[in-house]
Amino acid sequence: MDLDPEGIFLDDSDSDEDGLQEKEPTKEFVVYLVDASPKMFGSAGAHEDEKGVTFFQAAINCISESLKSQIIGRSSDEVAICFFNSREKKNLQDLNGVYVFNVVEREFLDQPTARLIKEFSSIEQRFMHYIGSRYWIEPSSRDNSLYNALWVAQALLRKGSSKNVSKRILIFTNEDNPFASISGAAKADMIRTTLQRAKDAQELGISIEVLPVGSNGFDVSIFYADLIGLQGDELPLFLTSAGEKLLDMTNQLKKRMFSKRKVKTFMFVIANGISIEVNAYALIRPTLPGAVMWLDSITNRPLKTERSFICADTGAVVEDPRIRSYEFKGQVIRFTAEELARLKKVSDSTHLRLLGFKPLDCLRDYHNLRPSTFLYPTDEEIAGSTCAFIALHRSMLRLRRFALAFYGSSSRPQLVALVAQDEILSSCGQLEPPGMHMIYLPFSDDIRSAEELHVNLAKPCVTDDQIKKAAALIKRMDLKEFSVCQFANPSLQRHYAILQALALGEDEMPAVKDETLPDEEGMSRPGVVHAMEEFKVAVYGENHDQEEAAAKASGTEASRKRKVMLEVALKESANYDWAELAENGKLKDLTVVELKNYLTAHSLPVAGKKEALISRILTHLGK
Amino acid sequence: MARNKEVVVLIIDVGPTMHGVLPEVEKVCTMLVLKKLIYGKTDEVGIVLFGTEETKNDLQKEVGGYLHVLVLQDIKVVDSDVMDSLHELQRGTHNGDFLDAIVVGMDMLIKKFGPAHKGKHRLCLITNAQHEIKEPDEGTKADQVDTIGQLMKTHGVRLECILIKSKLAGSVQQKIIDENIYLLNQFSRNTISKIIHVDGPRSLLGALKTRNISPVTVYRGDLELSSSMKIKVWVYKKTSEEKFPTLKKYSDKAPVTDRFATHELKIDYEYKSAEDSDKVIPPEQRIRGYRYGPQVVPISSAEWEAVKFKPDKSLKLLGFTDISNIFRHYYMKDVYVFIPEPGNAKAILAVSSLARSMKEMNKAAILRCVWRQGQGSVVVGVLTPNISSEDNIPDSFYLNVLPFAEDVREYRFPSFSDLPTSRQPNELQQEASDNLVKALDLAPPGEEEALKPDFTPNPVLQRFFHTLDLRSKYSDAELPPLDASVKMIMGADPDLLYPQYLDYFQCQFELKNNPKKRGNSKRALKEEPFNSNENAGVEGEATDVLRIDSSAAKVEKIGDLHPIDDFVEMMARRDSSKWVEKAIKDMQDYIYNLLENSYRGDNHLKAIECLIALRKGCIMEQEPKKFNEFMHLLYENRKILELNDFLNLLSLKGIGLISKTEAPDSEVDVEAKISPVKSEINSQ
Repeated sequence: MDLDPEGIFLDDSDSDEDGLQEKEPTKEFVVYLVDASPKMFGSAGAHEDEKGVTFFQAAINCISESLKSQIIGRSSDEVAICFFNSREKKNLQDLNGVYVFNVVEREFLDQPTARLIKEFSSIEQRFMHYIGSRYWIEPSSRDNSLYNALWVAQALLRKGSSKNVSKRILIFTNEDNPFASISGAAKADMIRTTLQRAKDAQELGISIEVLPVGSNGFDVSIFYADLIGLQGDELPLFLTSAGEKLLDMTNQLKKRMFSKRKVKTFMFVIANGISIEVNAYALIRPTLPGAVMWLDSITNRPLKTERSFICADTGAVVEDPRIRSYEFKGQVIRFTAEELARLKKVSDSTHLRLLGFKPLDCLRDYHNLRPSTFLYPTDEEIAGSTCAFIALHRSMLRLRRFALAFYGSSSRPQLVALVAQDEILSSCGQLEPPGMHMIYLPFSDDIRSAEELHVNLAKPCVTDDQIKKAAALIKRMDLKEFSVCQFANPSLQRHYAILQALALGEDEMPAVKDETLPDEEGMSRPGVVHAMEEFKVAVYGENHDQEEAAAKASGTEASRKRKVMLEVALKESANYDWAELAENGKLKDLTVVELKNYLTAHSLPVAGKKEALISRILTHLGK
Repeated sequence: MARNKEVVVLIIDVGPTMHGVLPEVEKVCTMLVLKKLIYGKTDEVGIVLFGTEETKNDLQKEVGGYLHVLVLQDIKVVDSDVMDSLHELQRGTHNGDFLDAIVVGMDMLIKKFGPAHKGKHRLCLITNAQHEIKEPDEGTKADQVDTIGQLMKTHGVRLECILIKSKLAGSVQQKIIDENIYLLNQFSRNTISKIIHVDGPRSLLGALKTRNISPVTVYRGDLELSSSMKIKVWVYKKTSEEKFPTLKKYSDKAPVTDRFATHELKIDYEYKSAEDSDKVIPPEQRIRGYRYGPQVVPISSAEWEAVKFKPDKSLKLLGFTDISNIFRHYYMKDVYVFIPEPGNAKAILAVSSLARSMKEMNKAAILRCVWRQGQGSVVVGVLTPNISSEDNIPDSFYLNVLPFAEDVREYRFPSFSDLPTSRQPNELQQEASDNLVKALDLAPPGEEEALKPDFTPNPVLQRFFHTLDLRSKYSDAELPPLDASVKMIMGADPDLLYPQYLDYFQCQFELKNNPKKRGNSKRALKEEPFNSNENAGVEGEATDVLRIDSSAAKVEKIGDLHPIDDFVEMMARRDSSKWVEKAIKDMQDYIYNLLENSYRGDNHLKAIECLIALRKGCIMEQEPKKFNEFMHLLYENRKILELNDFLNLLSLKGIGLISKTEAPDSEVDVEAKISPVKSEINSQ
């Protein structure tokens, strides 16, 4: 299992990656090996509405989904898509039963492009015609398509140093016993060579994972456990997609397609001399539209920005200025960059130091500044960490407490709350992983008391009836199935839809649905409307709308003033024959106030010098 | 004159019972003035001490009374003198009367700004309220408080009391404190007052808002429950990270003698073609490009403006849901507060009734927010009720931003229950942990919660301002050490430590360094890794370091525990051709060792097993010569090693040299397969 294969590539030194954006330490090369055998074209959905969806289709959907999020989030990663048990062949080694899918202007293993995603997601219809399906591992044939596939994948992953690239092969299949049809020495031999092939790949630093697409009963122990190198006690950790529904299965596949990337490993110091080790993961971070690159508008080639510092006194160019200044009491106080770094570093290490425990209700809703970080224990450097972590985790859950700790990062040392989260499972797999969430707490400097700004000495009191009406409304408008993050970000969706259209040279701008808008239909159900009306009457009184309308009609003081001014201006300006004055050039003889009367009467801007006013009047008169 | 000018009168109790906390009071007041010198240069500060030996105030001169109240500093614009006067406060000798001091403070404000002036005026009282105030000449104490409260209201003065909870001095009665607190609470009936209870120096540092930020609304307008029902709200930030101040870059190029040097650095940007760095492109010739996979899509701002997502400014309710549906760790950003439109009774009622019934039903509302017209993005947030405990502050809501589907990475982690039992705590360990969690309680019942975020100042900022002050006096001052009281928030509070629980915890859990892993991972980071799969063999050493997996380190030598397994695994390694050779060599050494250290043949069986494995391996890898040579070596040394029994055993089991039929490279004929060994044994 892929617990932490890339851990060794991480620099766990004092780098500052605990900002909002997670620092991605490595690139990832992935080869998707999709089984295209006839068995994959069986119907996967057990439910009525999912009939007709094949295993193959499910795998394709998962991959194209992940390609889409990858092009947004981590476009430097490279992928190859490869079918095995295909009728046709297309690969560098010219092996039977393996077809590497690709589009123009792209190498086999390359960054995903807009075209790749577009063509791949619609491959299903053309698949049979161009690529075809055939199961190769039969007694009569000497071909071993799985072996071939692994070989091809390994060859594709040859490029890139394994120092900064993590390489993975993901096998999508629903066949847990690929060599079932053959027997005897031939079978043993095939199994042996295939396993050896997989092992060779693993020794080259390629991790192999199997994502079973079967609805139920994929027995990993028959063959694949040996292939991916699962040890005996790790078998239960292999997560089969046990879900009944296809949707659950695709959800699970999606979760497993990304390898976990940890942000950092640090010590959690419980007291002097007692420390455990934890890995930090960024499970929630805002995804932002990619950074803007500046291009030369003539050539569309990228530009680089060069920054230089010029001394205002001497005009000399200063390389890498090291001194900073701050004005205080009219004096310029100087600091060197090193001093500032030392000043900010209040603790010697980036450890997490336990301060104590508090009941969960001490963690208020406004104690938040940034997205949380997830902690999961590791025994890598300190044996026994996991055990101690689990014990604390259980105690905190049972006693309903969170831990308060000091996190001494060099960028912003701060207090954090560690909230234990129990594992939550559902039919569609793990909803919440077990571990602790590190919530960044504000300091008193960061908290404002805006609610105390406007005090109302005669605060009206709510009645029980009003509360009851509100409760009825709340009951009516209950979102039962609500889950956090069920909405796609409409702004981001739109952003990438536009980019995709432009990248493919399409004229039509795609329409993107904004899922965050309220459910108009649900809102207009009589029950909801009625509850809303009741609540409105209860808090606003019967005639609220009329009162509002009346207030609007009578207008505010300012609007009344404006009205009066307009009337005066109309009356005053009527005293002159403006056309004639303009004709004779006599406008300049009038005073600014008189000129402004005209402008006000015709609702024109009244700003500017006299000449400007005159020219504005002339333009208005059409002169 | 600055619109947001604030006037603060600090009213500080320096009586004998306060002496213990005065160093912290000095610190927090100095910090207040220091921040005013930076952020509010036009703000004015006055200082009144009470409980002093001396008496010095206008009221005493005019009407008499008001003893032991000392005006240390008349109200004036902040400067370093004000700050210096706070550095060391005199220690008083009398039990002061806080009400007298408040009246003196009010009098100063009224005299300075006249009866008509309304501004941001604040009285800030710091006391432990341990001493009774004297009975007024007429009416009750409560009446007196009412009168003063009315006066404060007409002048728009706010009162902020910081009540320090300290050990009761011998003669002081809890009753008196309770009465004083009751009286102070009375103020809030008439005017805007706030009481903050602190229980020690640590909270004191954060209790006084040292910087006054005039808040700006993020949004003013309707909160739409539906198209027909709207509530007028104002939205402010509730939390916002106070950043480390931005420092200017400084140039020391100007000659020392130049007294008018600005020492400023101007930043100049140049845009150059990435390919040809001599070509400079004027800024207006640039165009934006966005990355999409390997492609960069150029698009002008005007075009972008035309197609981009443009939601309308609004706050729309999507519905309500159980608060348990929304985990705390999904909160994404800093927090907003929704208050009903000030002065709008209907809005206050609507917010209040909703908030209270949400609280009762444990519900939260889901909202879609677009704060400004044309902001280009929407926010989906969770609205939770904030029921006000004060009579004069209306109920409000907090809004926390929730993540979108794109923002969540759903990694899977193994269940704790699936981990091997060696990693699960046993009962004793669980008990030790339970006890620790109970013992290290920061909010024990009946006591003030320690280390409240609301009262804990940012140590880095504190230190920066402190340094700034030092350097303004001595330009080459060293960085000051961290303040002791600030240091406490970074390490466990010595008072809270319960060594017995910690010791017990430590005993129960064997936490020790994993020396092998540690060494390896360090090495792995330093080693030059191999470059490609092809030449892996050449750099075998680096390879084996890199391959160390978290689960199982690769076998690099034959160990004593499972020599045969190790051997087989080494033979099977494909990342370097070295391994076969090394495996054979190691196995030979191992067998030789076994035989050498054998006592009366106790190792012989094991050695034979190993030999069988070696033989098999040599046949598989077509290395018969190595095996055969080894057999000869054994034979030659049979005397020294006393191998006669062993060799007999070999021939019994039919183990001999590898013949041509088994491996074509062998120089041993089938007939001679066993004979060289056997015949010579026989010949003895």
